[in-house]
Amino acid sequence: MIAELGQYILILALLVALVQCVLPLVGSLTKQHAWQYLARPTAWLQFALVAGAYGCLLTGFLRDDFSIAYVAEHSNHLLPTPYKVAAVWGGHEGSLMLWILMLSVWTSLVAYFSKSLPIGIISRVLSVLGFISVGFILFILFTSNPFLRELPIPAEGRDLNPLLQDPGLVIHPPMLYMGYVGMSVAFAFAIAALITGRLDSAWSRWSRPWTVIAWSFLTLGIGLGSWWAYYELGWGGWWFWDPVENASLMPWLVSTALIHSLMVTEKRGGFKAWTVLLAIAAFSLSLLGTFLVRSGVLTSVHAFAADPTRGIFVLCFLAIVVGSSLTLFAWRAPKVTLGGTMGLLSRETFMLINSVLLSVATAAVLLGTLYPLVIDALNLGKLSVGPPYFNLVFAPLMVPILFLLIPGTVAKWRNANLQDMFMHLRWTALVSVVLGASLPFLMGEWSFGVFLGWTLGLWVGLGTLQHMVERVLKPGRIGGSFWGQHFAHLGLAIVVLGVTGVKSFEVERDVKMAIGDEVTIQPYVFRLNAMGEVKGPNYTASQAQIEVFNSGESTEILKPEKRHYLSSAMPMTEAAISSNLWRDLYVSLGDPLPGDAHQWSMRIYYKPFVPWLWVGVLVMVLGGLLASLDRRYRRASAQSPLQTAGQALSMGADGEEGVMHEREIGGDSLESLSPEAVNSQEQSLEADTTAHELPQSPSLHTDSGVQSAT
Amino acid sequence: MTPRKKRFWFITVGIVVLCIAAAFVLNAFQSNLVFFFTPSQVAKGEAPRNRLFRIGGMVKDGSLKKGSDEIEFVVTDFTNEVSVHYTGLLPDLFKEGKGVVAQGRLSDQGLFTATEVLAKHDENYMPPEAKSAMDKAALERAAKSLKPNSN
Repeated sequence: MIAELGQYILILALLVALVQCVLPLVGSLTKQHAWQYLARPTAWLQFALVAGAYGCLLTGFLRDDFSIAYVAEHSNHLLPTPYKVAAVWGGHEGSLMLWILMLSVWTSLVAYFSKSLPIGIISRVLSVLGFISVGFILFILFTSNPFLRELPIPAEGRDLNPLLQDPGLVIHPPMLYMGYVGMSVAFAFAIAALITGRLDSAWSRWSRPWTVIAWSFLTLGIGLGSWWAYYELGWGGWWFWDPVENASLMPWLVSTALIHSLMVTEKRGGFKAWTVLLAIAAFSLSLLGTFLVRSGVLTSVHAFAADPTRGIFVLCFLAIVVGSSLTLFAWRAPKVTLGGTMGLLSRETFMLINSVLLSVATAAVLLGTLYPLVIDALNLGKLSVGPPYFNLVFAPLMVPILFLLIPGTVAKWRNANLQDMFMHLRWTALVSVVLGASLPFLMGEWSFGVFLGWTLGLWVGLGTLQHMVERVLKPGRIGGSFWGQHFAHLGLAIVVLGVTGVKSFEVERDVKMAIGDEVTIQPYVFRLNAMGEVKGPNYTASQAQIEVFNSGESTEILKPEKRHYLSSAMPMTEAAISSNLWRDLYVSLGDPLPGDAHQWSMRIYYKPFVPWLWVGVLVMVLGGLLASLDRRYRRASAQSPLQTAGQALSMGADGEEGVMHEREIGGDSLESLSPEAVNSQEQSLEADTTAHELPQSPSLHTDSGVQSAT
Repeated sequence: MTPRKKRFWFITVGIVVLCIAAAFVLNAFQSNLVFFFTPSQVAKGEAPRNRLFRIGGMVKDGSLKKGSDEIEFVVTDFTNEVSVHYTGLLPDLFKEGKGVVAQGRLSDQGLFTATEVLAKHDENYMPPEAKSAMDKAALERAAKSLKPNSN
């Protein structure tokens, strides 16, 4: 019964999604308020229904209902309960259920936290989200229904892929999907703004916190995926330039550009068309990611699905989304491009370079990911693009990005002074270069790569810290987005330092060991003490006991395993890792070797700085969360642009109230001034606050002010 | 500078930077493509010498030899065979009679030395490249076996 109930609820959800997609949009175009107000209730109802359908599938897993084909494929009696929960998204159909669940969560959150937004905007945003939901529910119902029954009922399920039976994989997909799907919110805001024809700073401010949260989830998801691959695949790699990783990296690169571009749109009213384009690109690449992973076109670890009809459906959906949004863009964008002025050397210029470089990086990754698929599809042969290509392209693009990051945060809007910036940053630059050049000697080996990587990492880290300290020493409240920005940059610096360190100083030994043998990687000695058998809930494993000595002293015993899962013929390597802040010791157990020597093949790795990658990612995520929690967004969203525009207009008549209101908000609202006055006032403000702190200030929408004044 | 001039410079610099980036990317791309060949193609001499490429097929039953350092096995598409040398740990799912993809170089003596044996993470999953190698060879065999009948 539970399967039929689930399917029935899912069909209901489809109908509700259709209503949510069509009526509010039509209502907003024909000014029928009642229809527009349907957007929120339908969003909530849809969430309830999708959650219900998802709950049905989950119940199927928890009750070991193997009459459901999908459950039988991905679970069995012996699977521990947490993994039964995770098994729901262990396969193609279930992961799509997770996709729409995430989408309905995002939709409801948008519906809930946008109470103060004008109904015309929110109804269109929710309508676009409804459209996406329709597409995906149709996809599930027609090509990948998880509720199909299987007869005769198998007595036992096939089990979850052992690789996925891991805590990392319990949280990795939901985080990544939150990020992927979150891009749909940025996309929906962009499309709603295009339909409305109002790409103003208010739009970018509504859109920013959502984009930043989605970006944080994406960052966390990618970081978790990398972490999982590192300890679970058993050979110590943490990034493979695998198509699936690329599929998540591309939206990340574009959304990083989008966050920065949105900032320019909000603060300066510039880059509007570009920002919209990035929002469309970020969501399209998220869809592409779903397509790549879920259509079976990849020769990759993750491509478990293998049904071409699915791929064609996603591809068509992708074509519709990209095609229609670009058409809308081409039709509407010329009307809305009215950027602010900018000097050749200004923060805008740095943001522009950031956008261009990130876009080029995305294009390069896209080329390397799609080219083999296209060639294969055209029957021109089979080929692959190896990691050397990506490394060769990516590193040189990251160098200017990292180098320009610090001048970019220091530069003033509109017109920056090169000499000021140089004087401001020269000591930081000097310290970075000196440390970057000398620290590799401490590690025992100097190379240009380490020098460059560490200098840039230190440059970004120290420059960010310098800026944070300078800001803290100045009076005035510091907004969440200031902390967010700088923590995210600090996280990036830590990741860069870590990547350089591990790439340059790792030691990898593939060895054969018999009991009593020792392997030395200075200053560590690894000794194989014993081999044994252990039993897990649904596997048996060979386990090695390897004692680690640090400078002659025994520090710990590592226990790598080779697991054999009962329900699958597939062995699994379970690495043992010892971590501290500076390094990982990584041991994974291979096969016993033939012959009388009783030897085992073993991977013994010394991986310096690996923990820095994970710490750096977490700091970046923390930055994203801090930025999205900035009070400004909450305060500002309590002001609809209609209200503020109205206020601006009514200021003449009712000036006092307006002024009081501005003080309450933060003191430097500029809305009732003419554009020239705005410029001069901003400049005078810049004189006594740091260059970028001005934009942090909760000024009301300059744009609506300009509009109302003109 | 007038805004028009400024815009001109922005666009010019932008285009120049983009062109340099594109040239650079495409160059790196060109030199890092790894092509795929089936054992039959290797036997016909279609595969390049001393350039990185991939081969795929089945690991021939009984062909796996683990030496003290080096591992040796034979990749077959049931028409032709290539023997592969490899130093290192084999992936968990490497088994005789299962599909495999190996990346490496062919020496002038016709010896394939793999630098990487690719892991595939599902026992029922056949690497698409290995599968296509098998299919191609099977098709050619079928075509050959049909010829005498038609004559």
